Amino acid sequence: MKLYCLSGHPTLPCNVLKFKSTTIMLDCGLDMTSTLNFLPLPLVQSPRLSKLPGWVLKDGSTFLDKELKECSGHVFVDSVPEFCLPETELLDLSTVDVILISNYHCMMALPYITEYTGFTGTVYATEPTVQIGRLLMEELVNSIERVPKAQSASMWKNKEVQRLLPAPLKDAVEVSMWRKCYTMPEVNAALSKIQLVGYSQKIELFGAVQVTPLSSGYALGSSNWIIQSHYEKVSYVSGSSLLTTHPQPMDQASLKNSDVLILTGLTQIPTANPDGMVGEFCSNLAMTVRNGGNVLVPCYPSGVIYDLLECLYQYIDSAGLSNVPFYFISPVANSSLEFSQIFAEWLCHNKQTKVYLPEPPFPHAELIQTNKLKHYPSIHGDFSNDFKQPCVVFTGHPSLRFGDVVHFMELWGKSSLNTVIFTEPDFSYLDALAPYQPLAMKCVYCPIDTRLNFIQVSKLLKEVQPLHVVCPEQYTQPPPTQSHRTDLMIDCQPPPMSYRRAEVLTLPYKRRYEKIEIMPELADSLVPLEIKPGISLATVSAVLHTKDNKHVLQLPPKPPQPPASKKRKRVSDDVPECKPLKPLLSGSIPVDQFVQTLEKHGFSDVKVEDTAKGHIVLLQEAETLIQIEEDSTHIICDNDEPLRVKLRDLVLKFLQKF
Amino acid sequence: MPEIKVTPLGAGQDVGRSCILVSIAGKNVMLDCGMHMGYNDDRRFPDFSYITQNGRLTDFLDCVIISHFHLDHCGALPYFSEMVGYDGPIYMTHPTKAICPILLEDYRKITVDKKGETNFFTSQMIKDCMKKVVAVHLHQTVQVDEELEIKAYYAGHVLGAAMFQIKVGCESVVYTGDYNMTPDRHLGAAWIDKCRPDLLISESTYATTIRDSKRCRERDFLKKVHETVERGGKVLIPVFALGRAQELCILLETFWERMNLKAPIYFSTGLTEKANHYYKLFITWTNQKIRKTFVQRNMFEFKHIKAFDRAFADNPGPMVVFATPGMLHAGQSLQIFRKWAGNEKNMVIMPGYCVQGTVGHKILSGQRKLEMEGRQILEVKMQVEYMSFSAHADAKGIMQLIRQAEPRNVLLVHGEAKKMEFLKQKIEQEFHVSCYMPANGETTTIFTNPSIPVDISLGLLKRETAIGLLPDVKKPKLMHGTLIMKDNSFRLVSPEQALKELGLAEHQLRFTCRVHIQDPRKEHETVLRVYNHLKGILKDYSVQHLPDGSITVESILIQATAHSEDQGTKVLLVSWTYQDEELGSYLTSLLKKGLPQSTS
Repeated sequence: MKLYCLSGHPTLPCNVLKFKSTTIMLDCGLDMTSTLNFLPLPLVQSPRLSKLPGWVLKDGSTFLDKELKECSGHVFVDSVPEFCLPETELLDLSTVDVILISNYHCMMALPYITEYTGFTGTVYATEPTVQIGRLLMEELVNSIERVPKAQSASMWKNKEVQRLLPAPLKDAVEVSMWRKCYTMPEVNAALSKIQLVGYSQKIELFGAVQVTPLSSGYALGSSNWIIQSHYEKVSYVSGSSLLTTHPQPMDQASLKNSDVLILTGLTQIPTANPDGMVGEFCSNLAMTVRNGGNVLVPCYPSGVIYDLLECLYQYIDSAGLSNVPFYFISPVANSSLEFSQIFAEWLCHNKQTKVYLPEPPFPHAELIQTNKLKHYPSIHGDFSNDFKQPCVVFTGHPSLRFGDVVHFMELWGKSSLNTVIFTEPDFSYLDALAPYQPLAMKCVYCPIDTRLNFIQVSKLLKEVQPLHVVCPEQYTQPPPTQSHRTDLMIDCQPPPMSYRRAEVLTLPYKRRYEKIEIMPELADSLVPLEIKPGISLATVSAVLHTKDNKHVLQLPPKPPQPPASKKRKRVSDDVPECKPLKPLLSGSIPVDQFVQTLEKHGFSDVKVEDTAKGHIVLLQEAETLIQIEEDSTHIICDNDEPLRVKLRDLVLKFLQKF
Repeated sequence: MPEIKVTPLGAGQDVGRSCILVSIAGKNVMLDCGMHMGYNDDRRFPDFSYITQNGRLTDFLDCVIISHFHLDHCGALPYFSEMVGYDGPIYMTHPTKAICPILLEDYRKITVDKKGETNFFTSQMIKDCMKKVVAVHLHQTVQVDEELEIKAYYAGHVLGAAMFQIKVGCESVVYTGDYNMTPDRHLGAAWIDKCRPDLLISESTYATTIRDSKRCRERDFLKKVHETVERGGKVLIPVFALGRAQELCILLETFWERMNLKAPIYFSTGLTEKANHYYKLFITWTNQKIRKTFVQRNMFEFKHIKAFDRAFADNPGPMVVFATPGMLHAGQSLQIFRKWAGNEKNMVIMPGYCVQGTVGHKILSGQRKLEMEGRQILEVKMQVEYMSFSAHADAKGIMQLIRQAEPRNVLLVHGEAKKMEFLKQKIEQEFHVSCYMPANGETTTIFTNPSIPVDISLGLLKRETAIGLLPDVKKPKLMHGTLIMKDNSFRLVSPEQALKELGLAEHQLRFTCRVHIQDPRKEHETVLRVYNHLKGILKDYSVQHLPDGSITVESILIQATAHSEDQGTKVLLVSWTYQDEELGSYLTSLLKKGLPQSTS
């Protein structure tokens, strides 16, 4: 059992597990932090961005000034943003049989894998994961394609050149592997390879392995996966939450008794309490609006936004915000809001009960009905007519590098009345803001990450007791910025095996058994013998059939009757065909009883001699001697087959067969 | 021999009151718990006293499964769980769980409030009953207990309808409930994988019907509605609030839009709006097309179809009214029917099956003079049309499902005996499987012959698969092992391992035979001759001549010595263990025959 680690990002994993002749990719995360090195893509011409000076090397050479721009001391690539793909060279990805997706954030690299590597397998994911994943991809493609950029910078990627650049560009890894965004046809092709699955559905892979998605409590349709054979169980835990938000609660019990538990997707902000952050979010929002400012919330079009809208639904009236417009701007805003209402079966109990009434499970339906929340595909079109300030805008992308959010940053950045509130934890907010500096707008950081924290992890591990834990190396040491916080790492016994990007781990396991089926006819023919109290044995001679990795034992076929031919028999016709193995023997032969038996069977001249290790029984007339020792019997005789067979059977009476 | 027992308490050679008891590997499962629309007395509910005379149902039944929300499949549930008494789990899909209590409440109201019956289940009982329900996802494997697992498959038919696989160990039963093998305007087609159950229990409402294409029926339906409306007549379509109603609404809505028709379409009772809402929220259970386009246009938001008010029935001019219930046995549809029946310009279209005893059934069988309550005779002059829109599989569909699932036995329920008989023959002919059709209260026993799963040690398995890399069909390899049975575990290991595990030593049994042959040559020459002889005959065996002058055939050792007295005679000592018995015995008899004359 081997684990190939293709991504170094702990919350956007991409691992390949080789297990019992199947090759299973676990998640397909796309590391988008690479885009932070790029200049934002403005929707309308931005004089500020276009006037940024080109970057000049220390020695004064200017050959990079077209590709790299400087803004408030930071250097950015002026090009279409690119993403850092999972490793594609560590193993031949065309050999991947299946891809298991745990949640919609962890499938963003899927088109790169399914469309570029010769992948011919199947992808498994739940319906909400696929539908919302599609929306995320659609938004991503849309926000990059609608701002065509002529320039595609590549000179800076040259290793010799990259060395000369300032951090963080200098330290960016695998820049030659960075890729532009995929296209919608590629997204559609990738999604067409997905097979929908439901929680606790058992999916057989080639008869060898069974995989099962379990609710992970983190997002709509998010799952952990059990990968098991009859004797081994690997749990893949990725992006789980124990908080009660909108999704179905996490299924912990089914993770018990794992041989290996692969743990990824823990909270990225272990020190922040999501509930506290939501409170802070609301109060900052209210304060800004009351002071006549606008609030910008960079966000993904699905997920935490549902919870934020639900909080606001309860909060706006009491906070006197009833007249403030809330705008949700995304090419998929409408779809996301609609889809959220139709996945009743994937929601927490409270929301399910609402659907039974029947009422929409999320209160944002009411916000829309009462015109408090309005959604638009983009800032162009209807929005520009309806737009009223002060207001609250939810829009993407959280990296602040593309999407409608870029426009609002440029629009509102200069006024200190306005506030941008960061709720998504995927990007460092300081890095995200860097190309907008200097900035007058207030910045509030309320990261809401509902995934497991280290206290919950250690509780979970105590509860489910895996034999081995495997995790990204980041989880085995305190965060680099808080090196004294030894509580912010995984603590378990035996210590976890850690991996980093491009590593291959050999996972410990001992497999000693396999399932086999005994056909009823064969079972009927078996003769069990009680050897010890409660333990019976039966010798089995049978034909083994193996098909689709399933083994079956059948009765041996009856030997075909030799055709009654008149042909002269040749000597070699008698050669025994296959070698019918005789059973092993065990036991010992009591000499006295054996001699009595011999006498009973007509041997009158039996003589017994003692030897160092046992006895020798002599049949004088037959010139035969039988050496009997504790663990062996040796019959030495002339070539008198009937006699030998008779003696053999008498000896066998005293022995047990295996 | 293990067996599966099936007893229908309802729906045995009948439609209505579906309720089937299944015993499989010591587990008892009740499939559906329906009421019969044709009866108003005791016969409307299954006879639960059959299950157990004295004991509690909860002790006897491991679980109850409800296939879909139609009352002939769930109408007796509150009576069963609250009045007879059952506290175990009841499984159904989410949409069924959502809609079922509403229909039950509706049913209760008609029975108690309108007909004034007492001793019927109450609203509270419906609520308490629903608390025992566990909702299941499609394809989710639900572990009822350690051994019993169930799994739901999509069945079409109505929103949330499911087929269920019931599995214990390697024995399994599939119960279809009602299903539809062709997608319609709002639902998809039933689907099941090749799960090869020991028994498939299938409905057989349309056992003998092969329905023409859906398109033709739809065109026909629209034409009839259109003609009636054009000539100023009124069209009554009795439906059940959920299911066919939505399909026909979608059909009329699009037609009205396309033809720009103005005649009003009404939908009776308050249930309808609610019903459409369920369809919107459970849109993932509808067909592909509706799911794909729901963000742009939700098919269940109707522009042309408005809520009906009782007073509208007397309005002049054409109109189309969908009214419940579907079999004209009570309620609003019956009221409207009585009002409109006398006018030949009007039309009633029955879009589904009608149970015997209902007004619907009577007019469909040609009766035109009906005796109503109070001995009143109602003459039916309006046109009566029947269109099979009810979403059951037809004969072709049933055969298709059998082909998909590949069951070892088939059992038919939920149909009429005569039609079942015909289908039974067809199934037995085409699939060569046994087909049963028990009547209510009659038990069918099916013997299963499950194979026994055991654990085989990987060492033994690898040894065997390594030898037989290329399996030869004609000469199957025999594998030898020892099955250790301890407590309830079965393990197949190599004989050596079995000995070791039991702490026993092997007892070696060895034979050495003296074979005399006449050969005047020197010993080593004799040995060489023996060697060549054996090599020539035993082509498939490893025959070796060792440097110390002995010969081995596999593990059998042959040594030659001169006879102590007779120099012309050599003594061959052939020595083998009991495990090589056949070969050893063969060799001695072969050598006894002497060496061939040809030398070197």
